[in-house]
Amino acid sequence: MITTATIPVFDVYALRKQFPVLEREVKGKPLIYLDNAATSQKPAVVIDALVQYYTGYNANIHRGIHTLAEEATAAFEATRETAKHFIHAAGREEIIFTRGTTEGINLVAYTWGRANVGKGDEIIISAMEHHSNIVPWQILCEEKGAQLKVIPVDDAGELIMEAYEKLLSDKTRLVAITHVSNALGTVNPVKQMIRSAHKAGALVLVDGAQSTVHLDIDVQDMDCDFFVCSAHKLYGPTGVGVLYGKKHVLEAMPVFQGGGEMIKEVTFEKTTYNELPYKYEAGTPNIADTIVFKTALDFIEQTGKEQIRQHEHELLQYATAALETVPGLKIIGRAKEKTSLVSFVIDKVHPQDIGILLDNKGIAVRTGHHCAQPLMQRYGIPGTIRASFAAYNTKEEIDELLLGLEKSIKLLV
Amino acid sequence: MKNVKTIQETEAAIIDSFSLFDSWDDKYEYIIDLGKKLPALDEKHKTEENKVRGCQSTVWLTADYKDGRVYFSADSDAVIVKGLISMLISVLSGHTPQEIIDAPLDFIREIGMTTHLAQTRSNGLRAMVKQMKHYALAFQAMRQHSINDHGNRRTETKSH
Ligand SMILES: Cc1ncc(COP(=O)(O)O)c(C=O)c1O
Repeated sequence: MITTATIPVFDVYALRKQFPVLEREVKGKPLIYLDNAATSQKPAVVIDALVQYYTGYNANIHRGIHTLAEEATAAFEATRETAKHFIHAAGREEIIFTRGTTEGINLVAYTWGRANVGKGDEIIISAMEHHSNIVPWQILCEEKGAQLKVIPVDDAGELIMEAYEKLLSDKTRLVAITHVSNALGTVNPVKQMIRSAHKAGALVLVDGAQSTVHLDIDVQDMDCDFFVCSAHKLYGPTGVGVLYGKKHVLEAMPVFQGGGEMIKEVTFEKTTYNELPYKYEAGTPNIADTIVFKTALDFIEQTGKEQIRQHEHELLQYATAALETVPGLKIIGRAKEKTSLVSFVIDKVHPQDIGILLDNKGIAVRTGHHCAQPLMQRYGIPGTIRASFAAYNTKEEIDELLLGLEKSIKLLV
Repeated sequence: MKNVKTIQETEAAIIDSFSLFDSWDDKYEYIIDLGKKLPALDEKHKTEENKVRGCQSTVWLTADYKDGRVYFSADSDAVIVKGLISMLISVLSGHTPQEIIDAPLDFIREIGMTTHLAQTRSNGLRAMVKQMKHYALAFQAMRQHSINDHGNRRTETKSH
């Protein structure tokens, strides 16, 4: 007897119905949202969960003994459990809630960095980093007299691995590397890079802002020491992120911000700190959005990560093939392994002009340097036009993008 | 060349021409056309100093002060911005610093281009308007300074 698999069927049109904003119009045309790498739209379940929290059990967590506080605390900690599973962390104490990727990176720079990086030490980043994974390390290096080393990128948008291996030395304290480039879509071989870094005695922070929504994340298999991501790029709310750190690394780090929640006992003479993960979660956290983050992660699991990936991969191939037919258009970032985004430039046309004209057709794309100015300098361009796809995008929308582009180019040149 | 129309008159004329368009496509086509027609700025003026901050695209703006009036020239690497600049120049150029400082520039809203005034880093129009008014203020200050200097000299002469 043949048993049918229980894999849910992926129906993009049914999925779209779950995202209320996709029903709106922009400039009199149906919204075509292709700026998902900046932030994804939110499904109704996530929006509803926010309302349920505020209407049902809003309370401060970890402190009260009343019912509402208990319910809110349980929901908050349930998100930690779900996040732990989502990225395959070994323990819940390794999941620290932050404001987002940027705060996670800064937390590591200010705590682990200050304690472990000194004069003459080196930190390795890459030429395709987001400013969030450049500036905190620059600040640290300046303060400590350490040096920032940069892994170069080739013309296709891939990291030059031989150069990376050469940069690693006994001076290397940390490798801070993006898993997926937000400007190119390149998926970096982080597992291999982490192995090399560990051999050199360095720790590794992986910026998962772009990867977590598209790839299966297994921090234990990857063996990274830190991993950071943002809920808002995962169909979840803004203002929440996760910093994962290996338990023994987190335990040895000095505290970040001081305040409530992160303490065990306070006297004027001495304060002892709370255990992990609370040690790094000072003050009342973003309770509502953290709770709702679980709904977003559940939503992804229920939709089917594999199905989403398959669909997004088809969109990437479809869009790449379509865009290649546009005269004068050049795709920036042709890595073999890419997530579902296409960055491109067009001869004699400024990206901003395209962005304005596409918006006029209800199409939202990102134009500019994508917070990766050094990368744009590498390619000698002021910026690109970036279309980034999510689970709810369709081939028809890509057709519209193409039409919009062709009309815009005709007007502009 | 003195601008014969008042700022209000030029604004009204622009609003009038935009009222003829019934689609956004037409509006943008018109602005793009203006952008293409705006004479390119001499390369020597495309300096770091003349760059207007806050633009995704690069905008260069210079101003001359002659016979009590301010004359702007500008350029951009993006053509829609250039079209918007062209309109701003046609409205403000050839007027006195005070007129420029007082200009409400309501036409931007009236023709539906307020999105370009939004507080996002990618939109340069706000920065450009600000820079044009800064030039006017600077010329105003310069003029008052020279009047004061002049006045002082006169008093000095008197006291002799
Ligand atoms: C690769 C990468 N790193 C870091 C960030 C910063 O994320 P957030 O703004 O959520 O802190 C982003 C967001 O655009 C990103 O794409």
